Amino acid sequence: MTMATMNDALAAARGNRRKLGRDLAGLFVILALAVVGYLLFPNNLALLTRMTAIALLVLSLDLVTGYCGVATLGHAALFGTGAYTAGIAAVHFGITDPLLMLACGILGGVVAGLLCGAVILRAHGLPQLVLSIALIHLFHEFANKASSWTGGSDGLAGIAPDPLLGLFAFDLWGRTAYVFGIVLLAVVFALLRLVVRSPFGMLCRGIKEDPIRIRAMGASPKVTLIKMYMISGAVAGAGGALNAISTQVVGLDSLSFTLSAESLVMLVLGGTGSLFGALTGTIVFMFFEDIVSAANPFHWLTMVGALLIAVVLFAPKGLYGTIAAVAARWQEARR
Amino acid sequence: MSAIFEVRNLKRSFGGLAVTNDVSLAMAPGDRVALIGPNGAGKTTFVNLVTGNLTPDSGEVRIGGEDITRVNAIGRVRRGLVRSFQVTRLFQDMTPAEHVALAILQRDGRAGRLFGNYLAMPEVMAEVGDLIGKLGLRDQMHRRVREIAYGQQRLLEIAVALALKPRVLLLDEPAAGVPQSDTGRIEQALADLPPDLAVLMIEHDMDLVFRFARRVIVLAAGTIIFDGSPSDATKDPRVREAYLGSYANAGHAA
Ligand SMILES: Nc1ncnc2c1ncn2[C@@H]1O[C@H](COP(=O)(O)OP(=O)(O)O)[C@@H](O)[C@H]1O
Ligand SMILES: [Mg+2]
Repeated sequence: MTMATMNDALAAARGNRRKLGRDLAGLFVILALAVVGYLLFPNNLALLTRMTAIALLVLSLDLVTGYCGVATLGHAALFGTGAYTAGIAAVHFGITDPLLMLACGILGGVVAGLLCGAVILRAHGLPQLVLSIALIHLFHEFANKASSWTGGSDGLAGIAPDPLLGLFAFDLWGRTAYVFGIVLLAVVFALLRLVVRSPFGMLCRGIKEDPIRIRAMGASPKVTLIKMYMISGAVAGAGGALNAISTQVVGLDSLSFTLSAESLVMLVLGGTGSLFGALTGTIVFMFFEDIVSAANPFHWLTMVGALLIAVVLFAPKGLYGTIAAVAARWQEARR
Repeated sequence: MSAIFEVRNLKRSFGGLAVTNDVSLAMAPGDRVALIGPNGAGKTTFVNLVTGNLTPDSGEVRIGGEDITRVNAIGRVRRGLVRSFQVTRLFQDMTPAEHVALAILQRDGRAGRLFGNYLAMPEVMAEVGDLIGKLGLRDQMHRRVREIAYGQQRLLEIAVALALKPRVLLLDEPAAGVPQSDTGRIEQALADLPPDLAVLMIEHDMDLVFRFARRVIVLAAGTIIFDGSPSDATKDPRVREAYLGSYANAGHAA
């Protein structure tokens, strides 16, 4: 008995250490990629920062779609609300400290998450998808109409963030914004790794597979999913705020159906239900978009389409998911 | 003794067919009741009705004296009314340890925690190890459910229900699909239950029923046709006709 308990404890500790190792490896990969990006594209930091912001959106989408099985084509509502909240705080209320703007963006995202969650979670499957599409159009139209606040279709301009921590001004080359974005992404990634492994994370995985079973355990899928939507809103809102701070404008495209759909494409490309998958999908999609659209501006969408079809048909777990599965099988075979 | 669990005049029909037809019963803490009856008698429907997975057309369900007919399924579990499923409902990509830990954390109101991991919670792990060990799943505890045998999944289904520390436990054919060699584990787990827990077990294995229950309720076509001691049940002509007879015919000693 004591022997068995001790073995369990040892196995548990080993499992924990392995996961911690994976977390550290993940953070290391993010930082290493950031350095490589900086060295390879010193003149294109703006693209890399945008990629970081979108990565936050795709991570956020993964939380509700990948981990909880919610079908949505309106997730940019959370991102765009974060961007507009941060932008409006700066332009109309003089809140120009970047960290405060970030906090505003996160708050905006949480509120949008609560709102969208409350509507979208009323339905399942196809009706759920339709509701999400309706929502993103409503958000878009609302931002368009409230032009005295949002600048309407001209976009919200004149966002002038203060130097970060009072020390680092947002420079013309986007270096400060880039570092700010990478640190933000690393912090969010580390926090989310903890969340998906927490009791709450287990509950979400359970809900995705069998909500009736979860109810029979006395837990409420509704409450859990709303909570996840708010967390997701915080992450997307942080991404939106980063975009507002780094580009110093917020446009209606940040609140669009197109961005929502693209973020879903990125997630599927990388692999749902894994934070690494969300990151992989974003990087691959956005580089592909950048390179291919420069090489062939007329047919780049065709090529993205072809890439997506290839992934869905031949690697249905996504790029990262497939590679991870192959690696796991390989390890199993060697043992 | 006052009833911990009480059902009064419960009715439900599907398309004109009365599947639960005016069922009333009461159980006291510590009761060990077997609910038997031929296939299609309405046993699972009865469990679905009292746990809130189905809504009755009329009737009343009480737990600890409180009327819970309008309380949803989650609220009933939180009041101590827990069931297991006849067809296993488990999470394929989770391990038995995760299932039991989740149930324990949920019971203690800690399943909503955003940080921490059950592997690092010694008191949770101790309880997980204890329950998993009792049901003989120790070797499988960190493997995914999809990789373990169906019989073991059945045992895990019971472990999850027990982890919730119910006041009233409804087991829907817990031994169905469990190999004969493992039914002993179920019996042992049932024997180890807290003495004040009320248990209602639906079961086809008559040997198990006779060892477990001090009271047998026989359901046929949605109606209770017998409620009494196991030995009287075997003598009751209506029961013989409806249920035990078919077993006797099948060569099973009644
Ligand atoms: N949701 C439902 N809709 C229609 N008929 C049902 C439904 N659930 C159960 N039934 C019918 O009710 C009867 C009793 O089923 P059930 O309660 O599963 O029986 P048992 O568990 O005793 O074998 C069966 O004839 C079944 O077809
Ligand atoms: Mg049944």
